[in-house]
Amino acid sequence: MVTQKNTLSARISLRKARKAVLSKTTYRGITDVIIFFICWEVSSTLNFPIVGQIPPPSSVISAMRKIIGSPDFWGSWLVSFKRVFAGFIVAQIVGIPLGLLMGINRVFRDLTFPAIEILRPIPPLAWVPTAVIFWPTAEMSITFVTFLGAFFTVVLNIIGGAKSIDVRYIRAAHSLGSRRRDIFLRIVLPATLPSMFVGMAVGMGITWEVVVAAEMIASRSGLGFLTWQAYVAGNYPVIVIGMISIGIAGFLSSTLIRFIGRHFTPWLKII
Amino acid sequence: MRDNGRNAASSGDLQAGHPAGEMNIVSVSKAYGVGPLRQPVLEDCSFTIESGKLTVLIGPSGCGKTTLIDILAGYEKADSGIVTINGQPVKGPGRDRLVVFQETALFPWMTTFENVIYGPMVRKEMSRKDLESRAMSLLEKVGLVDFKDKYPAQLSGGMQRRAELIRAMINNPKVMMMDEPFRGLDAMTRELMQEYYVRLFEENRGTNLFVTSEIEEAIFLADRLLVMSYRPAKIREVIEIELPRPREFHMLTSKEYLNYKKEALEILHEEAMKAFASGSKVAVADFLEAYSETQAASDRKGRDSFD
Repeated sequence: MVTQKNTLSARISLRKARKAVLSKTTYRGITDVIIFFICWEVSSTLNFPIVGQIPPPSSVISAMRKIIGSPDFWGSWLVSFKRVFAGFIVAQIVGIPLGLLMGINRVFRDLTFPAIEILRPIPPLAWVPTAVIFWPTAEMSITFVTFLGAFFTVVLNIIGGAKSIDVRYIRAAHSLGSRRRDIFLRIVLPATLPSMFVGMAVGMGITWEVVVAAEMIASRSGLGFLTWQAYVAGNYPVIVIGMISIGIAGFLSSTLIRFIGRHFTPWLKII
Repeated sequence: MRDNGRNAASSGDLQAGHPAGEMNIVSVSKAYGVGPLRQPVLEDCSFTIESGKLTVLIGPSGCGKTTLIDILAGYEKADSGIVTINGQPVKGPGRDRLVVFQETALFPWMTTFENVIYGPMVRKEMSRKDLESRAMSLLEKVGLVDFKDKYPAQLSGGMQRRAELIRAMINNPKVMMMDEPFRGLDAMTRELMQEYYVRLFEENRGTNLFVTSEIEEAIFLADRLLVMSYRPAKIREVIEIELPRPREFHMLTSKEYLNYKKEALEILHEEAMKAFASGSKVAVADFLEAYSETQAASDRKGRDSFD
């Protein structure tokens, strides 16, 4: 009993210490961002070589004031988000069952893995021309390319997670009387969840990379197109706004995935 | 006090159906590797795990104790020999023989409570209400009620071991097998765990097999002590430990205890030397540590009598 109380109090003080570290980290992060903006402003106004070409934050902010009320600007956000999530969700619907099946069934894995390994190294953007030819609408071809961006990462992470389950868990579950269904639902699935969400977070990042590039090539809408159009029109502050928007959109999407991931893997939260 | 391992095995009646779990292990052999690299791990290993007794298996590190447990549990197949439980041959893993492993095998994604109820829950043999009250009473016995909604990663090593102990116990297995379950815990926690464990055993008197490489732990817990030889492993000696129950830690300084310890150490010494000759330094280190503890205990006892 005594040792229990000791470890409990040790745990509480550990948590306090962690909070202190966390607040320091936040503080440092804020300082970093401020310094970054000051450097940017200074190098632009003093016209440094190369980086001096980028419009300073002040002119970006004034351009932002004009654009922020425009429905076209927010329309671009919405269009890109729709494409990203459509591709991403389809990738999960197809990728999660496929990855799990490949992870638990050796025969199925042997039969499907080589084909996937051949297709995987092809960058999603290399698919753009074929996608445009095969899919009836541009919208569908862009969604397909974003789907590819998330699909392989999710499948590979799930296979890795399912294969690396500690045999002790399976043995214990068998001994305690689990049927195949229990082993899958109560052991394999939860044990794979952490790597599944890692795959999703990485996949989400790739999806944004892909959607922006695809919009520049094959579309007349979205944040990628907004950025490209500003370049063509020589409107440099809007290029920067486009870039920042893509950054924020990507960050929001990954945060959402992390949030969902934490909800489904509560046992990882406390370590 | 002593009897030969082989005799103990053949005296167990293979046909008789025992009410509680009794296991008979007859001439079990197992080797690993292929061709000239093939190394026998167990050779002609025979013994009985008597019903309602705490049998402790002790042997030098790396002698094949875990292999033996894996065979008894049904995770591995023996190359030859028979393993029976209550006369029925063991064919695979089953909930009549539950193992508590060296390292924790609690499911990290379940809370302590969910882990404890796992077995009866997947087998659907108890109503939720009965299951909950049974789980709670076990949690209470090992002092984990306040930690029932915590995940294993939030528990200390000792708490994890206790949770694992009751996760197995809730299934009323015919035989409980413990594979060096307290290994790696610090000395204080280890002692505490031994106390929890011996009390749980004395309350239920189920059939238990406890594997360890620590002589002190072995004698403190055991009704019967099986001393294993180094590779290929077999049962060298069976020592009936007749210390009174309930066991108390002060018994570790009694004369009887020290006699048992000397007896076991003599055999372990021989085996450790064999292990040393074969190159396993771990085994010798284990022995020397145990031996120095005996000396220290005798010294302590000497001092106590002067006080």
